[in-house]
Amino acid sequence: MRNKYSIFSLFKNALSYHENWQRAWKDPAPKKEYDAVIVGGGGHGLATAYYLAKKHNMQNIAVVEKGWIGGGNTGRNTTIIRSNYLWDASAGLYDHALKIWEGLSQELNYNVMFSQRGVMNLAHNLQDVRDLKRRTHANRLNGIDAVYLNTEEVKKFCPIINTSQDIRYPVLGGTLQRRAGTARHDAVAWGYARGADEMGVDIIQNCEVKGIKRNGDTVEGIETTKGFINTKKIGVVAAGHSSVVANMAGLKLPLESKPLQALVSEPVKPIIDTVVMSNAVHAYVSQSDKGELVIGAGTDDYISYSQKGSHQIVEGTLNAILELYPIFSRMRMLRQWGGIVDICPDASPILSKTSIKGLYFNCGWGTGGFKATPGSGDLFAHTIANDEPHKLNAAFNLNRFVSGDLVDEHGAAAVAH
Amino acid sequence: MFLINCPYCGERDQQEFKAGGEAHIERPKQPTELSDDEWAEYLFMRKNIKGVQFERWNHAHGCRKWFNMARDTSNDEIKAIYKMGEKPPTQ
Repeated sequence: MRNKYSIFSLFKNALSYHENWQRAWKDPAPKKEYDAVIVGGGGHGLATAYYLAKKHNMQNIAVVEKGWIGGGNTGRNTTIIRSNYLWDASAGLYDHALKIWEGLSQELNYNVMFSQRGVMNLAHNLQDVRDLKRRTHANRLNGIDAVYLNTEEVKKFCPIINTSQDIRYPVLGGTLQRRAGTARHDAVAWGYARGADEMGVDIIQNCEVKGIKRNGDTVEGIETTKGFINTKKIGVVAAGHSSVVANMAGLKLPLESKPLQALVSEPVKPIIDTVVMSNAVHAYVSQSDKGELVIGAGTDDYISYSQKGSHQIVEGTLNAILELYPIFSRMRMLRQWGGIVDICPDASPILSKTSIKGLYFNCGWGTGGFKATPGSGDLFAHTIANDEPHKLNAAFNLNRFVSGDLVDEHGAAAVAH
Repeated sequence: MFLINCPYCGERDQQEFKAGGEAHIERPKQPTELSDDEWAEYLFMRKNIKGVQFERWNHAHGCRKWFNMARDTSNDEIKAIYKMGEKPPTQ
């Protein structure tokens, strides 16, 4: 039985100089056989394992991760959480996640530092104004909190924004979702890993999948760098590498993997207490609890798995940031990095069964998967356990690319994908 | 970010170019005969290779001509550049 984290455990461990904390999860060797194997130990994969064990009573399962858990996009994103999507299917999916976020720290007994500081999306031209107003109405019809702000209200909510109407892309207004915010990305992976491990899930790191064994249209197991594992159910949650894993099973997916960049500044005193995103100029910024400005840039237009993007993408984002926030002109950037995002043609994810029995894919989250972590895990666990999608992820099946029933969130999703 | 040797203009910065995605996807000869599955395959399904991939590029801020490229997507190294209509290199 694992010790519970609390103020008392903190005090007790302080007395021994924090040298006797129990380890948060085991480091097991893979067994010969599991009821299900999750490929990919990022937030979504670990959450899937956690909910499979917790809600569907499947404890004989494993998560295999080629690197270390949370070392991919989970630790590389800008940690923004919101659910103000335009279409009904997306609103249902992302708001399901947001509701779980609201109680997640308590549930996991792990502080994921979920902070509902609000997310504001800016409008810079007449079309933006119309789109954002429409989205506000759509959100409210779906029970998602959203308000439209005019320029003065934007300035009041975030005083450092330059609302001069003489700049290249003046601020004409914006939307605000107050329930939205940020969370500590690493803690989400660690919290889910600890929770899943406690229920008996094997978390196997440094274990890369090399092949998927099929018998006709049924999966039989996976070949890994730590040997062959027999399993009847494989849930692939491999983000940018989804196509690579799909290829091992002889499947093609409607995905393109591209570099997405982000950067953080030196830490400074609190200056921005919310998240501000701008679709038109593609710049978004928030401030971490350490005081760093966390800035998200855009994707490159070419396919790459190199985890580095082009300089002009960062330059374009910083141009926009400096026009909107002249106060940051002398800030120095500390770190800059790229992650590989798997983008669907309709900028919506895939949480789906496939034509192969026992093979499930959770991918295509593109540039905005972090916000959905708990909901994605919950719904994907349901899909794997029941061999049927939950009604909230039924629209996000692979077959939509054949039927034409796409969930087109390009541009509609409050930020350019 | 890398340099691209445009077959018409010579070596230029990658930001002058626009990536056009996977190359050699042939447009269906008889669109009216196609099933929904075949349309999906043509329109949406992509190899998205980690390794050497054949792709189309356009020198958007230069000669505006299209050409093909063989590029290793795991490290962005360009293996070959060849013109539209030419067969991809075998090596």
